[in-house]
Amino acid sequence: MMPLLTTKGLARNFGGLRAVDGVDFALMPGEIRAIIGPNGAGKTTFVSLLSGRIRPSSGMVVFDGADITTMPAYKRVRLGVAYTFQITSVFANLTAFDNVALPVQRTLTDGRTKGQVRTGVMAALERTGLADRAGTLAGQLSYGHQRLLEVAMGLALKPRLLILDEPTQGLADSEIDNFITLVREIARDATVLLIEHNMPVVMQLADRITVFNSGKILAEGTPEQIRANAEVQDAYLGATHG
Amino acid sequence: MRDASPAKTYALHIGVIALLFALNFVLPDYHQGLFARIMALAVFAMGYNLLFGYVGLLSLGHAMFFSAGLYGAGLTVYHLGWGVPEAFVAGVACGAVLALVIGLLALRTSGVAFMIVTMMFAQVFYLLILYFAVWTGGDQGLVIQQSSRVIAIGGASLDLTEPTVRYMSALALFSVVLLVTLAIVRSRFGRVLVAIRENEERTKMLGYDTVANKLAAVVASGAICAASGAAYALLFGYVGSSFAGVQYSILPLLWVLLGGAATTLGPLIGTLFMYYVTDITSGFTSAYLLIVGVALILLVLFAPKGIMGSIRERWLGWLS
Repeated sequence: MMPLLTTKGLARNFGGLRAVDGVDFALMPGEIRAIIGPNGAGKTTFVSLLSGRIRPSSGMVVFDGADITTMPAYKRVRLGVAYTFQITSVFANLTAFDNVALPVQRTLTDGRTKGQVRTGVMAALERTGLADRAGTLAGQLSYGHQRLLEVAMGLALKPRLLILDEPTQGLADSEIDNFITLVREIARDATVLLIEHNMPVVMQLADRITVFNSGKILAEGTPEQIRANAEVQDAYLGATHG
Repeated sequence: MRDASPAKTYALHIGVIALLFALNFVLPDYHQGLFARIMALAVFAMGYNLLFGYVGLLSLGHAMFFSAGLYGAGLTVYHLGWGVPEAFVAGVACGAVLALVIGLLALRTSGVAFMIVTMMFAQVFYLLILYFAVWTGGDQGLVIQQSSRVIAIGGASLDLTEPTVRYMSALALFSVVLLVTLAIVRSRFGRVLVAIRENEERTKMLGYDTVANKLAAVVASGAICAASGAAYALLFGYVGSSFAGVQYSILPLLWVLLGGAATTLGPLIGTLFMYYVTDITSGFTSAYLLIVGVALILLVLFAPKGIMGSIRERWLGWLS
């Protein structure tokens, strides 16, 4: 099977800092992949290179067989690469409805979906359990609901690859369980790449785990393999989750 | 766009148009003339509001779009002897083309730089009008003769200098632009514009080419402002460089802030309010600008969202 996404020698420097340092990475269609690593390991920079929010210093990104290294972010979104932000960035002054209407009307314009804006919006809101809050201003939703709204917006883009940057940050335990169910559901028709610090969530969700350290891939494997990897334990698990 | 009550919204807008229509028959002559002028200039404010209120782009150069329409219509009538409808179209086209060029250049910047770049281009435009005084009349301007301001329709003719015809022409333009802006802000395009205002980076990550959307908004805004300028030249018969000066870039900003940015009716209310405050106070004192200034300060202090913005916030959440 051909990978959905690959990177070759992907690198990004910020001044003298090599935030991402020659990463070769492959993601198979349909998998749930978690990226873990200590703070400053280059995880967010790496997924920002995938989504096109920042340009690489060198290397290339291939999505579904096409070189998208220099493609602007908004065009990647239209190809099906969706990114949800680490820091919640819903449109606070718009209603939950309008927040989701933006990605829905995008896919309608691109001809990737059919039907009415309203139908698409309500479907995404229902999937995330926010349907009864459609008319609420996003800024007035609780933090957990704002995170879910963020996911609803990602979902509404009908992504082939959904990149979630620390999606469970700030969620209550009860909300995390629902979130895990939601991601499993999403993964039925999309590939999911998530950066996550919450180890139980990673262990439950991920098919495979990639460990970053100092801008490089330190290890990659199934949750069991990663758990057993001594190097990883030294660099990350041992240090922060002792 | 807060909720879906299109019926209420359209009823209100049609009601405002009907009220303005009825006023023609009850207003004394002087106020009828003033209202015609206010409606024509409210179109300028609506064009400005589309960019400033909805997209959040603060331009300090919109006098150039207004005067592109003013001169585009005025000069074609004056020098080429064009009829009123052709001259109006020429005015709007001049504004749209100018807005496209200025937009392509100015949208490379944002925030304060955008303000300064638009202001500089407007100054260039102003100085060009003075430089080409042979054609534009320089700072004296040009008076367009009454005989040129008559529309011939079949056997009949409409004389734009006749008060009721002038009033109704201004109202017709105002109504069309009001309904067009209402349709724009309620459309998918309008939703994207508001999203850009709220968070441009996020809007990009939802698959939108924000630069292209902003450019489309600049062109729409420029064309509407030019329509106002073209109508002004044809209805009031005067084309002058003062309309290209910096005060005519600041006036629409004040009208919109007063009436309520990002409200469809705010521009009319703001223009109306400013005109009447100026008109009434200048009857008492030569220091009327002082009173206008005080009124502005009070509004900013007590109703920072403008008249319509405050009404929407406090009482009528469904307003567009």
